[in-house]
Amino acid sequence: MIRDVVVIGGGPAGLAAAIEAKKNGAEDVLIIERDKRLGGILQQCIHNGFGLHIFKEQLTGPEYANRFIDEVKNYKIDYMLDTMVIKIDKDRNIIALTPNDGIINIKSKAIVLTMGCRERTRGALNIPGNRPSGIFTAGAAQRFINMEGYMVGKKVVVLGSGDIGLIMARRMTLEGAEVKMVLELMPYSTGLKRNIAQCLHDFDIPLYFNHTVVRIHGRKRLEGVTIAEVDSERKPIKETERFVECDTLLLSVGLIPENELTREANIPIDNITSGPIVDESMQTMVEGIFACGNVVHVHDLVDYVTFESRIAGRSAAKFVKGQLSFNDKSFKTKGTYGIRYVVPHRIDPLNVDDSVNFFMRVDNVYKNVYLTVKNNGQIITKVRKAIVTPGEMESVVVKRSILEKLNKGDIEFTLEEIKND
Amino acid sequence: MIKKIICINCPLGCEMEVLKDDGIIKVSGNTCKKGEDYAIAEIMDPKRIVTTTAKVIGGDREVVPVKTDKEISKSFMFDVVAEVNRHIFSAPLYVGQVLIENIFDTGVNVIATDFINRK
Ligand SMILES: Cc1cc2nc3c(=O)[nH]c(=O)nc-3n(C[C@H](O)[C@H](O)[C@H](O)COP(=O)(O)OP(=O)(O)OC[C@H]3O[C@@H](n4cnc5c(N)ncnc54)[C@H](O)[C@@H]3O)c2cc1C
Ligand code: SF4
Repeated sequence: MIRDVVVIGGGPAGLAAAIEAKKNGAEDVLIIERDKRLGGILQQCIHNGFGLHIFKEQLTGPEYANRFIDEVKNYKIDYMLDTMVIKIDKDRNIIALTPNDGIINIKSKAIVLTMGCRERTRGALNIPGNRPSGIFTAGAAQRFINMEGYMVGKKVVVLGSGDIGLIMARRMTLEGAEVKMVLELMPYSTGLKRNIAQCLHDFDIPLYFNHTVVRIHGRKRLEGVTIAEVDSERKPIKETERFVECDTLLLSVGLIPENELTREANIPIDNITSGPIVDESMQTMVEGIFACGNVVHVHDLVDYVTFESRIAGRSAAKFVKGQLSFNDKSFKTKGTYGIRYVVPHRIDPLNVDDSVNFFMRVDNVYKNVYLTVKNNGQIITKVRKAIVTPGEMESVVVKRSILEKLNKGDIEFTLEEIKND
Repeated sequence: MIKKIICINCPLGCEMEVLKDDGIIKVSGNTCKKGEDYAIAEIMDPKRIVTTTAKVIGGDREVVPVKTDKEISKSFMFDVVAEVNRHIFSAPLYVGQVLIENIFDTGVNVIATDFINRK
């Protein structure tokens, strides 16, 4: 059977894309999810704070996911659970592993990739020492505690001030653990300020910047870690080393988009985001294959994932109906001074509905700057920012009417200091 | 008394200083009125939504995520978790189901935030 749209991944990105594809006229939409339930990572994010932009209220992760799951059911969108996609190709053939039918082949007119991301593990860190139990990624601990009901430790050190680590510091404290400290290698936090306030300050948990773990102690179970301050080149300073007793180390050192399928299908990847290169329609560089959510770039708010996924779903439906125009007049986007990356990477103004929301991340903390969008040396738009930090995604909206007027060159994004006059 | 508070109402996260003296409260460092209101509320009676998990029997999961359906005084955070931990609920459970009514006579209920099917 040929499907209209197959969505790979049943997290918030996949759910929103599937609903939007269906609403926009794709008849036969299928979601494939390897987990036992739909919802993706949100199932384990039981804390509050999702949906402020989309629903104008504060929901927990499962509540946010369930609003979309209910809609998937109302629209009678097909989904397969316990099913893992193991291969896709450029012609949109899909091979998946199912519990009952073994390996199955599906042909699709359009594919939306929404596999999300995974956490960096200790392997990526190279901390010397043995391999005792008690070392978890913060997300793994979150799954154990919030979905499976196991407490993972009593005396905890968190390495990395990413949001998941901060949230787990609070969660474990509330469940009776002693969270001794959060260590951050950089001189700033990579987590949202709100999480620093409500997860650390509320419980007097100290956060040490310019600090890292240099040694792991313990044979069977973790017995402690040696921590140290780092210098400006992020090398540990020997004299500052000290031992901290703990039975649990949570790693919250960043997320990486999950793009094995994408790579194998030879879909071009952006080296900075580690996600596919996409255009204004969230289409990858392979016709008919779209992508959205954390598989494209790591978002800190799920609301933005939903916005982006609606575009992908709508575009996939348009593509199936032959309504997505294709020409080579795309403009490339480019981040220069201070901007690490910009998504989407290419813009065809003719495919833009009303405006494009450009997402980007900065490479450092900057205060009092303009976020400027330029083309051919001319300023298209600029937004004043009191502060930008790598932990919080920035966005700029540019109207179609402006994009239509561009005639050559890249769309450049840059930070400019505001001179006091 | 001076207290430092980070405003959580928008991504800017203004770092504010709140001065409290004889019932007079002065806020500085905020960029907008929302920050001031938040700082005052944080000094007078800080409140939070509390989220945790409760034990379930007979379900497709061992635990159900729960939350307080309204903000509750910050001083109750640990008590809410302890109280929830004293209960065991039986499946099925649905999203929004009231599990503990009017906890500590605060007018706040503890509700389920995910569904649990029977095993
Ligand atoms: C541990 C963790 C905690 C997080 N906490 C927060 C938070 O508190 N707040 C917040 O706003 N954001 C949080 N995030 C970011 C969060 O991932 C996004 O907000 C949002 O969940 C991203 O949605 P998504 O659909 O892109 O990805 P996901 O939610 O990760 O969904 C991807 C889905 O794809 C499935 N999948 C992957 N590969 C395959 C395959 N080959 N075949 C079939 N299915 C597949 C996965 O099982 C998963 O269900 C967290 C991320 C992680 C990893
Ligand atoms: S004071 Fe206003 S601008 Fe500053 S963080 Fe709060 S809401 Fe945002």
